[in-house]
Amino acid sequence: MLTKRLIACFDVINGRVTKAVRFQDNIDVAAAEDLAQSLYQDQIDEIVFYDITASSEKRKIDLETVRRVAEHIFVPFTVGGGIRNVEDMFEVLKAGAEKISIDSMAVRDPEIIRNGATEFGRQCIVLSTQVKHVGIRDGIPSGYEVFIDGARLATGLDALDWVRRAEDLGAGEIVVNSIDRDGTGEGYEIEITRAVADSVNVPVIASGGAGTAQHIADGLTAGAAQAAIISSMLYSPRVERNATVRELKDALGALGVQMRPWVD
Amino acid sequence: MIGVVDYRAGNAPSVMYALARLGIDARLVSDADAVREVDRIILPGVGAAGATVASLTESGLVDALTERVLNEAIPFLGICVGLQILFEHSEEGDTDCLGWLPGKVQSFPASVRVPQIGWNSVRFVRDHALTKGLPEDPYLYFVNSFHAVPADADDVLGVTDYAGEFCSVVAHKNIAATQFHAEKSGEVGLRILTNFATWSGF
Repeated sequence: MLTKRLIACFDVINGRVTKAVRFQDNIDVAAAEDLAQSLYQDQIDEIVFYDITASSEKRKIDLETVRRVAEHIFVPFTVGGGIRNVEDMFEVLKAGAEKISIDSMAVRDPEIIRNGATEFGRQCIVLSTQVKHVGIRDGIPSGYEVFIDGARLATGLDALDWVRRAEDLGAGEIVVNSIDRDGTGEGYEIEITRAVADSVNVPVIASGGAGTAQHIADGLTAGAAQAAIISSMLYSPRVERNATVRELKDALGALGVQMRPWVD
Repeated sequence: MIGVVDYRAGNAPSVMYALARLGIDARLVSDADAVREVDRIILPGVGAAGATVASLTESGLVDALTERVLNEAIPFLGICVGLQILFEHSEEGDTDCLGWLPGKVQSFPASVRVPQIGWNSVRFVRDHALTKGLPEDPYLYFVNSFHAVPADADDVLGVTDYAGEFCSVVAHKNIAATQFHAEKSGEVGLRILTNFATWSGF
C-alpha cells in the first residue's frame, strides 16, 4: 500500500538552511548538506529545497549547494527558486534533483509548467502555491487567493482555479502552502488543503504550520493530502524541543496514519 | 565497470551519486562506443517513454545496448522508464518500445491519483540475486503514471498494490528492472544496487 510521506523543507540562503515565520525574519539553522545528511539518517521520506533569494536577486539557483545535498541523500529531492525556463530545470536535474518546484514564475508564465512537463514528464514538475485566506469575493470564489514573491504580491487568482489550471498544464504534484500558518506551529490550513485535494487528481502536499504530530495527521486525513511538509518541528531554533523523524512517524502510526516503516 | 546510460531525459546523476556512495566503479555512457567498453549497464529513467526511446535512438544507443544486453547477455538493470521501454509498446504517447520482453505498458486507472508518488511495498514472488538481504516486502520509492504488463508471467519478479496489483520488478535471464527508483529508496534501494553490482546475470 502506498504510504503517506513526510517531507522536510529547506529555505536556503547562501548554502544554509534558514527558518522564517510567515515568510519573514529568517534565522540561520545549519549548512544545507549537513542537515540533509542528518535527516537522511533519520529516514526522512523526501527533501525539498528552496533557494529563497534566487528569484528576488535575479540570479540562477545555487547549483553547487544542490549538488552537495544530492550527493549525500538517497531519497527524492525537489529543488525550487529562481527557475525561469526549461534550461534552468535541466541544470537543476543534472545537479541531482528529481523534481523541480515552481511557484511565482509559474503564475507569471504558466507555459513553463507545460514546457517542463513536456520535456521531463509530469512527475518532475511540482507546482507550489502560496495561498492566503481573503474571504469569498468577486474573482475569489474559494475565499483563498494566490500570492507570489514570498507572499508579498497578491495575484487576484483564486487558489482552486489556479491549481486546476496548473494540473491541466502538466503539474504532477501540488503543494498548498498557507501564508497565514507558515512557521506558526498552529497546524495546516485544512480547509484549503482539502479543497485542493478534492479539485485535482495529482498528489497534494500540505505545507505551512505543522507543530505537532496531530497536525500532520490532520493534514493527511481531514486535509486529504498525500504528503506533509514540515520544517520548524524538525530544526527551528525557535522551537523548544525539536522532534526526530522517527518519533514523528511512530506518533503518526499510533494515530492510524500509515508511513514508511523504519528500516534497521 | 558499470555503465550508466546518460541521455537528456534521464536522471543519471542520482544513480552515479548512489554508486559513488557505495564505492562501486561506474561511468556515464552516452554513445555506442562507451556502451561497448563496460561490462554491465544501468538504464535510469524519468519522464516519458516516447522521449526516452527517441533520445536513445538518436544517440545510436539502441543498437549498441541491444547487442550488449540481448546478444552478449551482460547484466542489465532498468529503472522506472528504463523498465517500461523494455516491453513492446507503451500506451504513453502510443510509443513503440525496445521489445526485449513481450508485453505492454499501460496507465493506472482514473480511480487513483496519478502519478503514483511515494513509498510503496514490493512483494517478491521468487528469490533472485537482486533481493539478497532485503527486508520482507520492503518499501521503495515510486513515481509513475504507467506500469508494465508482461505477457510472460515468468518475467515478473515483484508486485505492488496500486489500484490492484501491478508488476513492479522484472527479471528475465540477464535483464532485471525496477519500476521504483532504487537510487532514491534509502538504504534498501542502495542494497539492490550493491546486489546488482555483483550479480552474474544468470
